[in-house]
Amino acid sequence: MFDGLLSITVFMPAAVAVLVALFARGEKADQQIRWIAIGATVVTFVLTVLIFVGYDRAEGGVQMVDYFERWIPVDALRSSYIMGVDGLSAPLVLLTGILGMAASFASWRIKTRVREYFLWLLLLETAVLGVFLSLDLLLFFIFFEFELIPMYMLIAIWGSGRPRYSAMKFVLFTLAGGALMLVGILALYVTPGVNTLAMVTIPELGITGIPELIAAADLVIPAALIFGFFFVAFAIKLPLWPVHSWLPDAHTDAPTAVSVMLAGVLLKMAGYGLLRINLGFFQETKGFTIHDVAGPMAILAAVSVIYGGIITVRQTDMKRLIAYSSVSHMGFVLLGIAAIGASKADTSAGGLNGAALQMFTHGTITGLAFLMVGLSYDRTHTRHIPHLGGLWKKMPLIAIFFLIAGFGSLGLPALSGFVAEIMVFLGTFSVWPWATGVAAFGVVLAAGYTLWMVQRVFFGARPANPGLSDEIYDGLEDASWVDMVPVIALAAPIFIIGVWPSVITEVFDIGIQAVLR
Amino acid sequence: MLTEGLAWLIIALPVISLLVNGVFVRAFVGSESKYAGYITVAAIGGSFVLSIWALLTVMSDGPVLFDKRDWIAIGGLNLTFGLILDQLTVIMLVVVSGVSLLVQIYGQAYMHGDKSYTRYFAYMSLFTASMLGLVLSRNMVQMFVFWELVGISSYLLIGFWMDRPSAAAAAKKAFLMTRFGDFGFLLGILYLYSINPAYMDIETLYGAIQAEEIAVTVATWVALGLFAGAVGKSAQFPLHSWLPDAMEGPTSVSALIHSATMVTAGVFLVARFFPLFEYSDVMTLVALVGGFTAVFAATMGLVANDIKRVLAYSTISQLGYMMLALGIGAYAPAIFHLFTHAFFKAALFLGAGSVHHAAGTFNMKYMGGLRRHMPWTYWSMIIASVSLAGLFPFSGFWSKDEILGHAAEVGTTTATIVLALGLIAALMTAFYMFRAIFLTFHGEWRGGGEREEEEAKAAGEPAPVGNTHSHLAESPWLMIGPVALLAALAIVIGFFSNPTVDVGPIDKHSFAHFVTVENDAVFPTEHAAVEAGSEPEFNFVIAGASTVLALAGVGLAYLMYLRGSISPASVGARLQPIYRLIFRKYYVDELYEDQLVRRGFYTYLADGVRWFDEHWIDNANVHLYTWVSRIGKSGALVQNGQTQTYAVGMVIGVIVIVAGFLLWG
Repeated sequence: MFDGLLSITVFMPAAVAVLVALFARGEKADQQIRWIAIGATVVTFVLTVLIFVGYDRAEGGVQMVDYFERWIPVDALRSSYIMGVDGLSAPLVLLTGILGMAASFASWRIKTRVREYFLWLLLLETAVLGVFLSLDLLLFFIFFEFELIPMYMLIAIWGSGRPRYSAMKFVLFTLAGGALMLVGILALYVTPGVNTLAMVTIPELGITGIPELIAAADLVIPAALIFGFFFVAFAIKLPLWPVHSWLPDAHTDAPTAVSVMLAGVLLKMAGYGLLRINLGFFQETKGFTIHDVAGPMAILAAVSVIYGGIITVRQTDMKRLIAYSSVSHMGFVLLGIAAIGASKADTSAGGLNGAALQMFTHGTITGLAFLMVGLSYDRTHTRHIPHLGGLWKKMPLIAIFFLIAGFGSLGLPALSGFVAEIMVFLGTFSVWPWATGVAAFGVVLAAGYTLWMVQRVFFGARPANPGLSDEIYDGLEDASWVDMVPVIALAAPIFIIGVWPSVITEVFDIGIQAVLR
Repeated sequence: MLTEGLAWLIIALPVISLLVNGVFVRAFVGSESKYAGYITVAAIGGSFVLSIWALLTVMSDGPVLFDKRDWIAIGGLNLTFGLILDQLTVIMLVVVSGVSLLVQIYGQAYMHGDKSYTRYFAYMSLFTASMLGLVLSRNMVQMFVFWELVGISSYLLIGFWMDRPSAAAAAKKAFLMTRFGDFGFLLGILYLYSINPAYMDIETLYGAIQAEEIAVTVATWVALGLFAGAVGKSAQFPLHSWLPDAMEGPTSVSALIHSATMVTAGVFLVARFFPLFEYSDVMTLVALVGGFTAVFAATMGLVANDIKRVLAYSTISQLGYMMLALGIGAYAPAIFHLFTHAFFKAALFLGAGSVHHAAGTFNMKYMGGLRRHMPWTYWSMIIASVSLAGLFPFSGFWSKDEILGHAAEVGTTTATIVLALGLIAALMTAFYMFRAIFLTFHGEWRGGGEREEEEAKAAGEPAPVGNTHSHLAESPWLMIGPVALLAALAIVIGFFSNPTVDVGPIDKHSFAHFVTVENDAVFPTEHAAVEAGSEPEFNFVIAGASTVLALAGVGLAYLMYLRGSISPASVGARLQPIYRLIFRKYYVDELYEDQLVRRGFYTYLADGVRWFDEHWIDNANVHLYTWVSRIGKSGALVQNGQTQTYAVGMVIGVIVIVAGFLLWG
């Protein structure tokens, strides 16, 4: 069975990356590379739209499957090449398409080592798409780990501040998580009865996935431990308190487009993993179910939300502020997942759907926020909030879209962030009222830090301190049309989903219901 | 009969105005285009006509409930939205769209020449649309959506002149303080939803309360949450201090915020969920908070020098009146007071804007004698002030008196306390309003905006923000017209909408009947309607007492600020500690901003957490992961910092992993 669309979508950016590698150096070639890379991401975006729209909601299940039974010709490996899309992955694939395109446009002003830059950026997109579309555990793991290489390069070479340190920190953290995940995968692999690495059941191919096999299997190590390996790996990536501290450094030092990708889609790989693997596999294994730890998960989520929010309040670097706010906002994802409840009867699909939607909306909102900070930083050469002020007068477009990202982040209704948050709250409150009630205070904190930043940077007058020289301040220019393309691409879904959430939630719901079985 | 499509159009027209102004006019015509004003007036005028139509529909056919529609309908979560046209809604619709229309007409002249004229009208359209949406909502979550949109539009409008640091700060303060209350609203929604998702729909909720399906404790917690939201939006104690600062926006914005939109949202919320509140145990709290706020805010109005601040405190105080009325069950008088207050308060604010036009400042110390130069403004403000002071036969007299009379009739301890508070507030209200009138319009001209700037300069203080040159003349007709019209309404609207006797075609107590007896969903029995004030007895004792107190207030103001027989300075000196306490607004700003936020939250909590994060969490993380990733000895290679080596290492790593699988198999 080979539909082809998914594999083409995943490997198209990589193929163009190889093509780009063949180009010569020089100004002229650089310009061509920019256009080719942008073209590639635009095509990828179109393909992801086709996948999203083409996914048949009435039929549900896994669709557009690409399948090779033994892609590594070793029977003992039991790994197959399975690419497929379902309700859980389709919106995230679309998100990757949007953000990949936005990132390549946002890289327009990259001047150094252009060829390598776009090579890595395109490879990164392939890696992320691969994570969302792989339905074989080994394939998933390879893409999950492969993403580290382009990320390392992009931060270390094109970053600012302490790029090497931050890039290495990012790699170390994720590698540690990856090591644990690998142990988890191996544990599943050696379990008698689990004769496949397929992550879902696909009846058309006669594949019974791990979720069903694992329920009856006698695991070699306790299921709780395997759950824990996966959970920690994804918690690091999400990131959750207390394993979040790589994120502010990586974000602060990464170039704009990489921050956009990092916040926009890389963190979502973790949320996706939690839903697909932790929730998908461990609903009724012997001796352990995810319901057993739903309570602690809810508490952990509330701590992440509030702790992240409190720290965010005291940040003075714009990127660092948004990075910490991500810790707070991604806590809502786990909170929504905790709506699985202490028993099957408690399960609230509303909360889970909220978690899924929160991933999508956080991707666009925070992506937009990083984009706007990048545009501002390109012009002012500083992100230190006390050095800034009164920028609205000089750059109204940048200010307005930054404000929109801020409003999205503080959960303003009619924007998508509110819909996701209210779904998480409504869904989870009936299951974990106290944790949800505490976490809901995160929206007050979010209003505090967001409006504070907006007030200091864009409102008021230019500060008297020498942070921004006359020369720079007088020469500030608003966004150009090239700058605005990614801005519009990210802002549009924020408005659309805010008013008409069903466009995404209906698809997510198909995926969630399938995971819940 | 108003169809559903037309009902939606009430919200949609200002939204269209927002989009056309914000996107099209701003981008393609100009940021000062006069078309922005025309479009807004046309759109809100359309909403007003439709609102009148809605009012007539409900008056003739009774409440209309339009269908619920799905907003989010997925497994385990179903949120609907829809429109409700009941008596409360249509009255709010007429008040909101009517006052907003006059404010927009006024804004054409008041904002003339502002470099962000288009942006102003775009925001105003959003503000009006949000408030209209709030009063039309039949679902609690939908209400919350519009509730928050009201909050954000007020944020944008208060901070309209955002290059003024004080405006930016005031906008943030307003949004954050109200959001604090909104957190309570949100928790109330979450709790009620967890009891039964169907209760989000107002009709279902009313039915459930009548059938006593809901436990009283549940109702109490939910009502408490909703009340927190109402306290924030309606600037009741202890979340009141954002409203006086909200003066930083254009005066026309203040007029709208203080009369019809924003602050009345809180009172509306309590009224909308009145059955829930009555059923719960929080009514006493509502009454006491309202009564306390009515007096508390009035005291601050006594000493304020900024005419807009005087009006702001009077708004808080009057909202306290409405709250205390709701708290003692006086539903009809509360709505009636909301209704009359909207007109005279809008007149006062728009009048204050007109005064600023002439005097160049809002500081009454530098005004005086303006009545000779601006008779229309003067007489309009006199009428509105008399109305606010509650003097016969102006509109404020009738509504205020119904509240006090109802309190006397109820006669419980709570009602007696709030009756006393209400009478004290009535005295103060009359005093501070006429103090403002005398300082502004009577006596000698004291120099206006220029003089204030000079004095500030001489004293080495920063120049006052927003002052312009004074030119002593009446404001243009576009400004005076709305003010005069609102003042005219303040004369007649009280008696003739809700007369105490049958007057020609108008039945006795028609307004009270309309909002209670005819609203079966909220007041299913005759008894309940009477309890809510459908047949207010005219209480001569109370009316007499409040009139005497109000006249005493006016007289005292006359003696102090016009005749000069009592020197304000010597009174202030004699009562120095109290005067200072009140003048510094009871140090509430200092308590909240310096102590709670800066010291408590920033310095101790947030900085503490940040220190912990940087010194403990981060260090622990780095060590842990370095250690974990050394498994497999990749750490040593990794740390030589050569990226190529690392890349090769990764590829090898993947191969090793694959090989591991092969060997294991």
